[in-house]
Amino acid sequence: MSFLRNLVDQGRRLYAEPGSRFHKIWPLFDAGETFLFTPGHTTPKHGPHVRDYMDLKRTMSMVIVAMLPCLLWSFYNVGLQHFAAVAQVASRAIGAGGSYEYTVGWLQSLVFGSGYGAAIAADEFHVGLVDELVFGLQRMLPLLLVSYGVGLSIEAAFAVMRKEEVSEGYLVSGMLIALIVPASVPLWQLALAVAFSVILAKEVFGGTGMNIFNVAMMARAFLFFAYPAQLSGDFVWVAGNDAGGAGSSIVDGYSGPTALAAAAASKLQGNHLVPDGAVGYFQDAAHAVQAQVGSWWDLFIGTVPGSAGETSALCALIGALILVATGVGSWRTMVGGVIGLAVMAGAMNVFFGQLDGIGGYPIHWHLVSGGFAFGIVYMATDPVTSPQTDRGKWIYGFLIGLVTVLVRCVNPAYPEGVMLAVLLLNAFAPTIDYFIVRANIRRRVARLG
Amino acid sequence: MSTSLILAAAADANSISGLISLAMKSIFVENILLSFFLGMCSYLAVSKRVDTAIGLGIAVVFVETITCPVNWFIYNYVLREDALTWAGLPGTNLEYLSLIFYIGVIAAMVQIVEMAIDKYSQDLYNSLGIFLPLIAVNCAILGASLFMAERDYTLPQAVVYGTGSGIGWMLAIVSMAAIRQRLRTAHIPAPLRGLGITFITTGLIAMAFMTFSGIQI
Repeated sequence: MSFLRNLVDQGRRLYAEPGSRFHKIWPLFDAGETFLFTPGHTTPKHGPHVRDYMDLKRTMSMVIVAMLPCLLWSFYNVGLQHFAAVAQVASRAIGAGGSYEYTVGWLQSLVFGSGYGAAIAADEFHVGLVDELVFGLQRMLPLLLVSYGVGLSIEAAFAVMRKEEVSEGYLVSGMLIALIVPASVPLWQLALAVAFSVILAKEVFGGTGMNIFNVAMMARAFLFFAYPAQLSGDFVWVAGNDAGGAGSSIVDGYSGPTALAAAAASKLQGNHLVPDGAVGYFQDAAHAVQAQVGSWWDLFIGTVPGSAGETSALCALIGALILVATGVGSWRTMVGGVIGLAVMAGAMNVFFGQLDGIGGYPIHWHLVSGGFAFGIVYMATDPVTSPQTDRGKWIYGFLIGLVTVLVRCVNPAYPEGVMLAVLLLNAFAPTIDYFIVRANIRRRVARLG
Repeated sequence: MSTSLILAAAADANSISGLISLAMKSIFVENILLSFFLGMCSYLAVSKRVDTAIGLGIAVVFVETITCPVNWFIYNYVLREDALTWAGLPGTNLEYLSLIFYIGVIAAMVQIVEMAIDKYSQDLYNSLGIFLPLIAVNCAILGASLFMAERDYTLPQAVVYGTGSGIGWMLAIVSMAAIRQRLRTAHIPAPLRGLGITFITTGLIAMAFMTFSGIQI
């Protein structure tokens, strides 16, 4: 430690003084120093400044801590889904009289010592927890690396240009972006989305704390609209091996729908008397999901296909507890969101439950399906893009839950609704605040006359 | 997907549920500003303060609600093919005059609204300034009349569509005004201040509004 301290203290002479050799890139040095050591800022003896222990850096670190369960889960689940798909494809190939060979990826070759790109016959590998974690890391590390690499370089460049300190905000957004895309997304597309989002949704608005739209959601929306083939459908949610040659980002020929896609595709034929599976119909949406994706508990725990980190409602719940306990995330937004979802899903069940597959999807299934839990805990509570007033947060959360279910049920183009619901309500957050503040002013004027 | 839901909602275009879905469509799904980018000039110019934006929004809603049905009568009983049969003149087709007629109606309506605002709210009149008479050439309003004729709406539909697209426009300009009030303290790069960042924000809001694109109601 003291070695590092000395190094940093020596470095300061080169960077800190105006006119010193590397003063232009002082923000980069400052970012490094505050990353390594607690900053020495203190409240001046005189003056009205209040400094709290929870500065921006602590707030952001707390969000990262709250996201760790989801991140760790993504390492495990990406591998779990991958090997389940491989096993299924292999047994199908062997059953048809063919053979199946598994190609070794980069991290697998490093850990297990077999050559990169070497082929293993399907009957030779037995999959355990370690294999799943290694595969998950093999997929997730490049995503994190690209997301952080591109995003932080842009942030640093803007900080140098503006002569401001590099802020920690992107440490959160960067991890969020890696967790809300399918693990099979091509890295160049991810890089493009991160660049688009960080520059056009954040830096042009003035950087951290000034943006109108959630940076991570904007990156996903960009990917979703620019490259729909890699972000939707039944084939993209289970990652393939990087060494498999062309088209290797997915497991060839494996179709694994997400819970919401299965629910949207389920159809009720006539009435509830049709048994499961008769001519491709399911009794109702929940049965369809149960048969094709997993049980309610599977969805709750998260052992289902989906974007890398958002499948597990349980991990999001743990994150929510951490965020609420530390006061970083607003419980009002979260509770409002759950109420909004319940109200809208309940209304859908009452009015359209008989007519349509996902119209009759039960409330508690809506709650654990897709990215709702992840979105309402980590995206909707973003203190910058949500309303600043307490009552505004209730309304904002409620409307996010409502629009999420509305999009899931009514919009045939997008089975997943929470991403667009958050972005839409981001656009209206300042409006909500404006009317709440004005109502407060009017009330106070009436009271004080 | 949810086709049965769609069919149920669109069963009869003139029923109450058909009109409600038309209203939803014109406010959200086909927002005249955020999916057709009509009426941009006054949207960009008058979205600096929320109260002014609300005032202009109400004026646009009002003008559209009146002009759409009035233009519907003109289109169906004067301009379109064989429309003058009631006057003993079969075989006429005056559709080439529709732009002039529509603009005439809109300009007259705007004059009336202007006089009303001048009389009842001097503050709003002053803050709207030149943009109030300019509503006469607001493409959102002309666009609503043209869409109404092109899509062959019935009279109740024309009323609902006029009001709905006006409300959609108002929603867009009010949210933009609130965002711009918030952006006043943001460190926006100097070349982008003002119109630049407003255009970027509009694009991003339009992206968020794609939430509704593809909904068939």
